[in-house]
Amino acid sequence: MAELKFSKDHEWVRLEGNVATVGITDHAQTALGDVVFVDLPEAGREVAAGESVAVVESVKAASDVYAPVAGTITESNAALADDPSLVNGAAQSEGWFFKIELADASELDGLMDAEAYQTFVDSQS
Amino acid sequence: MADTLLETPLAPLHRELGGKMVPFAGYSMPVQYPAGILAEHLATRRGAALFDVSHMGQAELRGEGAAAALEQLTPADVRILKPGRQKYGLLTTPSGGILDDFMVANLGDRLFLVLNASRKDVDCAAIEAVLPAGVSLHRLPDRALLAFQGPAAVPSLATLAPAVAALPFMGVLATEVQGIPVLISRSGYTGEDGVEIGVAGEQAERLARALLALPSASAAGLGARDSLRLEAGLCLYGNDIDETTSPVEANLTWTIGKRRRTEWNFPGAERVREELDNGPKRLRVGLLPEGRQPARAHTVIAAGGESVGEVTSGTFGPSLNGPCAMGYVAREHAADGSALELMVRGKAIPARVAATPFIPHRYAR
Repeated sequence: MAELKFSKDHEWVRLEGNVATVGITDHAQTALGDVVFVDLPEAGREVAAGESVAVVESVKAASDVYAPVAGTITESNAALADDPSLVNGAAQSEGWFFKIELADASELDGLMDAEAYQTFVDSQS
Repeated sequence: MADTLLETPLAPLHRELGGKMVPFAGYSMPVQYPAGILAEHLATRRGAALFDVSHMGQAELRGEGAAAALEQLTPADVRILKPGRQKYGLLTTPSGGILDDFMVANLGDRLFLVLNASRKDVDCAAIEAVLPAGVSLHRLPDRALLAFQGPAAVPSLATLAPAVAALPFMGVLATEVQGIPVLISRSGYTGEDGVEIGVAGEQAERLARALLALPSASAAGLGARDSLRLEAGLCLYGNDIDETTSPVEANLTWTIGKRRRTEWNFPGAERVREELDNGPKRLRVGLLPEGRQPARAHTVIAAGGESVGEVTSGTFGPSLNGPCAMGYVAREHAADGSALELMVRGKAIPARVAATPFIPHRYAR
């Protein structure tokens, strides 16, 4: 399995071929608390890097989820509609949000590896 | 000033329990513990949860005529309150807004007040400004206040303080818990049976540990307190009521004493009377959105594409297992069942006006 890359908006990206799977990090789900609802983008939507494309709601608050890279949404995780708590239980696996077919694969170079992301998280606290 | 947060006497205990501390009304308070808001909410409705509400203002009004003095600032009938009884009321402004909501108890020789943390300074200044000679206000900043809420709260607490079992809803009792002097009222902010316990700050941690050691007891934070009170249809000052909302608009007319409605001598009486006679332009209502997405405070409420109001509190109700909200709507849209739209992130979510509480109250009789 390809290794994960991370954004400063606390999203993870896993590239397979030209399609990136995107979710929120374990750190992000811990900070959010119990996820009760996720609003996901429709397949076919073209998104720009940094564009708000999904919303994750905990009991306490709503948070935007941004497209870490530009491209076209190919699929959203239908399982989250029935069980949003997957985001808490399996943030970096079954709790994925959506898949993007990349417009420009080199955009991934701007993301962090796991170690750099951990350093970034530590610097924020 | 904003960077110096106050702490309650239970701050060390919150940290020990893994509380996630956040700023609230100038205090560092636990929004949740490791269990999380959802679990803490459900534990309250199922068992007994301990909330630190020591940030709230506690004060005593002493002297002959204290009740009459307080009535200069509230439409509540304070003079009718018997010793050992507490009631919920509103402090009003001269223009008919709400200065604060509060609890007042008759302790026999004095009145005991519980005020919102964010409003206690404003309230006390307003009260002091109207006190006649012989009546004095004494703030009690060194006291802590613990809320112990849920169906198991009173049965558990009664093993330590037997007298609490017979305390009626809104009854007040001075007693001891493991030798600690406490002032217990059978009331709360969750819709469940339970108590609020006033205690000297230096004994608060020992009391809190004794309560947490009781069967089915656990700690809960401000996050669960908010979702519990919203499911119970209870107002949060600053969200659902403020200096612009009147008691009539807020659907809190029941807090206005009968006698006070013949005297009309409280601040803002003119506006309240006019709204009672002709109906207010807007009303606070409960709202149930369709689906699972919560509509938060400041969400625009629309009908047929026109804005008719605004959400003032909204969350996902863990016991309801769905979203719930309250807000103000134009009176013609305020009837239960009225179909409305909540404009959440550019999408219109269908919703209906619904009676509150969303989860029935289970207060002691």
